[in-house]
Amino acid sequence: MTEHPFAITLDVGTSRANHTGSWRTERPEYVRRLPPCNGACPAAEDCQGWLFHAESGDYEAAWRAIVADNPFPAVMGRVCYHPCETACNRGHLDEAVGINSVERFLGDLAIDRGWELPAALPGTGKRVLVVGAGPSGLSAAYHLRRLGHAVQVRDAAQRAGGMMRYGIPRYRLPREVLDAEIARITAMGVDLRMCAPVTDLAAAMAEGGFDAAFLAVGAGVGRRAHVPAGAAAKVIDAVAFLHAMEGAEPPRIGRRVVVYGGGDTAVDAARTAKRMGGEPVIVYRRTRDRMPAQDFEVREAEEEGVLVRWLSTITHVDAGEITVERMELDEHGFPQPTGETETLAADTVILALGQDCDLSLVHGLEGVEVADGTVRVGPDLMTGRPGVFAGGDMVPAERTCTTAIGHGRLAARHVDAWLRGTVHTPVPRPPLAEHASLNTWYYSEAPRTVRPHLEAARRSTGFDEVVAGLDEGTALFEARRCMSCGNCFECDNCFGVCPDNAVIKLGPGRGYRFDLEYCKGCGICATECPCGAIAMTPEPD
Amino acid sequence: MSTREIRYLQVGTHAVGNRLLDPSQRTVQADPERANALTCGHRACQGCGEALGARYVVDAALRATGGRLVAVNATGCLEVFSTPYPESSWQLPWLHSLFGNAPAVATGVAAALRARGLDDVRVLAQGGDGGTVDIGFGCLSGMFERNDDVLYVCYDNQGYMNTGVQRSGATPPAARTATTEAVGPHPGNPFGQGKDVPRIAMAHGIPYVATATVADLRDLEAKVERAMAIRGARYLHVLVPCPLGWGTPSNLTIRIARMATQSGLFPVFEARDGEVTGVTPIRQRVPVEDYLRPQRRFAHLFSHPSGAEALDRIRASAEANIRRYGLLDEEDRP
Amino acid sequence: MSVRQMEGARAVAETVAACRPQVVCAYPITPQTHIVEGLGALVKTGTLAPCEFVNVESEFAAMSVAIGASAAGARAYTATASQGLLFMTEALYNASGMGLPIVMTVANRAIGAPINIWNDHSDAMSQRDSGWIQLYAETNQEAMDLHPQAFRLAEELSVPVMVCMDGFVLTHAFEALEVPDQAAVDAFLPPFEPRQVLDPDAPLTIGAMVGPEAFTEVRYLAFHRQREALTRIPEIAGEFRAAFGRDSGGLLHTYRCEDATTVVLAMGSVLGTLKDAVDGLRDDGERIGVVGLTSFRPFPMDAVREALGAAERVIVLERAFSVGVGGIVSANVHMALAGLDQRYHTVIAGLGGRAITGRSLRAMLLDAIGGRLDPLVFLDLDRGLVDRELERVRGHRRSGPAAENILRDLGIVAGGPHR
Repeated sequence: MTEHPFAITLDVGTSRANHTGSWRTERPEYVRRLPPCNGACPAAEDCQGWLFHAESGDYEAAWRAIVADNPFPAVMGRVCYHPCETACNRGHLDEAVGINSVERFLGDLAIDRGWELPAALPGTGKRVLVVGAGPSGLSAAYHLRRLGHAVQVRDAAQRAGGMMRYGIPRYRLPREVLDAEIARITAMGVDLRMCAPVTDLAAAMAEGGFDAAFLAVGAGVGRRAHVPAGAAAKVIDAVAFLHAMEGAEPPRIGRRVVVYGGGDTAVDAARTAKRMGGEPVIVYRRTRDRMPAQDFEVREAEEEGVLVRWLSTITHVDAGEITVERMELDEHGFPQPTGETETLAADTVILALGQDCDLSLVHGLEGVEVADGTVRVGPDLMTGRPGVFAGGDMVPAERTCTTAIGHGRLAARHVDAWLRGTVHTPVPRPPLAEHASLNTWYYSEAPRTVRPHLEAARRSTGFDEVVAGLDEGTALFEARRCMSCGNCFECDNCFGVCPDNAVIKLGPGRGYRFDLEYCKGCGICATECPCGAIAMTPEPD
Repeated sequence: MSTREIRYLQVGTHAVGNRLLDPSQRTVQADPERANALTCGHRACQGCGEALGARYVVDAALRATGGRLVAVNATGCLEVFSTPYPESSWQLPWLHSLFGNAPAVATGVAAALRARGLDDVRVLAQGGDGGTVDIGFGCLSGMFERNDDVLYVCYDNQGYMNTGVQRSGATPPAARTATTEAVGPHPGNPFGQGKDVPRIAMAHGIPYVATATVADLRDLEAKVERAMAIRGARYLHVLVPCPLGWGTPSNLTIRIARMATQSGLFPVFEARDGEVTGVTPIRQRVPVEDYLRPQRRFAHLFSHPSGAEALDRIRASAEANIRRYGLLDEEDRP
Repeated sequence: MSVRQMEGARAVAETVAACRPQVVCAYPITPQTHIVEGLGALVKTGTLAPCEFVNVESEFAAMSVAIGASAAGARAYTATASQGLLFMTEALYNASGMGLPIVMTVANRAIGAPINIWNDHSDAMSQRDSGWIQLYAETNQEAMDLHPQAFRLAEELSVPVMVCMDGFVLTHAFEALEVPDQAAVDAFLPPFEPRQVLDPDAPLTIGAMVGPEAFTEVRYLAFHRQREALTRIPEIAGEFRAAFGRDSGGLLHTYRCEDATTVVLAMGSVLGTLKDAVDGLRDDGERIGVVGLTSFRPFPMDAVREALGAAERVIVLERAFSVGVGGIVSANVHMALAGLDQRYHTVIAGLGGRAITGRSLRAMLLDAIGGRLDPLVFLDLDRGLVDRELERVRGHRRSGPAAENILRDLGIVAGGPHR
């Protein structure tokens, strides 16, 4: 105590002796909620988590956070239909964060910089056979290898990638990008064997001494719906057509190309045909709003000059021409024939009416159940046969590359547990960080980065990428638009807005702590937390 | 501090801090080494806007002056909850004299410092709206007209809260207080009364006048910093919601202050030498009802027969503010 | 030191300037104006430097500025009178409560209504419980000399000091006065070293709220400090005498009190007239003396008892009174003389500038000596005038303003409804 007049003059800061925490009836707690992007990601990426690193320019950390779940950031950043962005809470505010484009930026940067995947853990002595070198198989192989298992991948095709190579046109996914990301997986010591189909799984496993298998053969067989056709008619399926594009000799399709179907594959086929000098027309039996293809793909196709005949079916195919019938939607939205027909010139008809799986490798295999053209699996992706797991397009699920990659990741965890004689229990998901839990005042209304598109003319005459990537500045910009829903990102709001200085800042990366000696429980911190990472709970007795 | 540079950040211009910003561009409140001029253990109510505003202001002033600061405080909530013997929450030299004389006491402190050759030590005076717009107004006006080197900060919670929520010259029309009860044909505080002290301050021609709220920390800190860069009489009027007096949940203090600005009822602006030089435009406009409804002091507006007419008048006053200060871009105008 | 013919107020201003106040605040009120005008000029010319001269907007502000200045470590001074003193009342209590050693000159003047600019002691008396030390000057020279002593006392004890001098009678009187020279004042009055100060390098909270648990102790300590002043006031007066050769200040002065059976106690300039009257009575063989009280607060109980204890008859002559009771000073004197077998008289005189003449005093003193003086007397009261007004009030409940009626009776105001 300094010498000063009694009582009326006081030493500074002495009120710290008064512990106002005793006033509290509710206390704040830091919580983590599930960001909608993460909740929506079929590959179980921690989008918010890796964006957090990208926001500070630590791109390698961001990339490493992605590949903890998904070894294909550069591929994902091009071909994923980004349900993360559809779910993004920022969509309520202005426009969703371009998560996908940032992922692509990071993926490309990793290839450019030569960043390597994490090394495998010490060997477990277990051997796993992966059938199919598509997204699901390679994803599983990567994760299993990381966990220390010996992994052999077998695939019937000449080159690895599955649908990433043989289904997605190169204007959407340049092959050097795909090759680079696959090479990183093989560099981990994954034994990749091409032109090596598995026709009898039991035999293959026994022969190779495998302890478990993950099947991911995909759905690579084009569905041949019955279309009456004359002998001279040139009809091919879209899967085969796109596959053939990867061969030495592109298929001859002529000038007038009709693509039959309304899914993404139809659009891919039409846009590919356009790039080959054709004049593609998509024939689809319903209307645009009912078309399953991604809207932006249809828009880009139309911009490139692809024509679409809505409400039309092909009733007959002949050499050089087809007959189409106009359809009408009934009150349930189903197309019904009208009997009105006309003919269209067509050198080639490409059928894009769906894909089936070649499940011959499990024919007769005890315990493996096949229904509706797919293999039945449990929540752990294991078939009815112990040690045999399956994923990707060959199991009932959404048939996207991202889902397939997610299956590979999930299967790897269950395979690993099974090999160790344990059970993999996924961490329970925290409650969703809903838009209502955010205080969006604190986010700036930044405009969305417009992905610079290649000029339409250039796009339609070659196989260069349609969508260019972000440069560092725009990627950073985009990453920083993330609102970090449900997860503290150290904005200092709680630290600043507490009228009682009852929030202790622990330093970068360490967040904050409530000082319950002084916290009066007013709840301002929770209300003003931009990302909903603070919850008020009743004070314990 | 340019707001343009950081506008693109996810949480840049509006939150307290941002790990992505250069430390020199972060708010004072984001700094773990901030002064905490008003420290823990004070006896303000839960969610007190004045406690928050005072720490914001004084910490910013301490940074702007390199810690060479003396504070003078009028009687009122802030004084009572911060300095009950034997505990003081202040961490800077602080003097409380009376309810109505803080501006004059500050003048005396400034005069003493000048006479003693301590020109680097600056003076900040602070009080509530009662101490400022009512009982201390004569001293305030005198301090202004002499252009004494004092930054006077009014923490406006729109009434005499310390004594039990009575009406002050800053109580808004229609508000219920203990002396303007929500009874009779025209419940609450009468229309057509009250003082607009920021404008009166401007009429003195003093070098700096500004308004701010606890809802916009960056703006508040920037204004304190600019004010401290100027010599002479300066006035800062900070809206600080009072959960007790306004009848709002303690967690809504900042949100309510924000809605006061976003409804147009509390214009945020800055003036130099008597002329408005900057306004903070409304960013997400809200109807006045959104601001009024969560406050129990305005509950009668939504239940009493006279409420509709009163709401019309309140809306009109928001419109008048919007016109006077240009708070909306042209296309945002109704 | 040089003796010059000068006005009392100006001489006080120059003496205050020699005390090197660092902040002087000024709000004009008659009859204090010439003091602060003089100081303002001295600051403007740079004679008094460093010093901030602040023209405030009210006496309340004046005392508030002084509070701030003193708390910030400056020697602070102001001057006021009458209504001004009352307007700063709240701040007076505050300054003393915080132990801020402000020195203020009060040019004593009546308090309205009715408004009156002339001298009495109602203003300072009203602040007797404000916690300020109150020293009353008999002469302009003493008024001047009390200021260096007041600063010494205030700063040593951390108590504010009021130097009271009669308005007009002293402030506006021209006479030969000796302004103490700067070097001598500097030697007598060391630079201000505050007991507490607003200092960013050693922050303190000054002006806390104190509840029942310590309020009594805080107030007792203030009482204790004033009791200490009872020792220091005469010591400082002694030091002043040693340095300047003048007998100014102290607790009280006695005049011809040896063997006196009748002693009159008074404060301020009336003492001169009173001494003349006493001289006349002494010449007539009356055993009468005078006590001039300088320190009204603290009230020197022991010194008063010592000075008056031997008298048979004590008369307190005062220029203010407590309505409904009577004398104010006399109440304190009675306390000092408690238990003694004496006759006490309180004489209220000179209100609102009413001249206290030697003739009236002589008559009053003779009445006292002759046993004809009432215990409470209003000197030179126009009894007829008062009786007429009282009669009027009895007749008409709403008889109009008493002051106006009286003026009407005196023929100063013409006409009116109650003719």
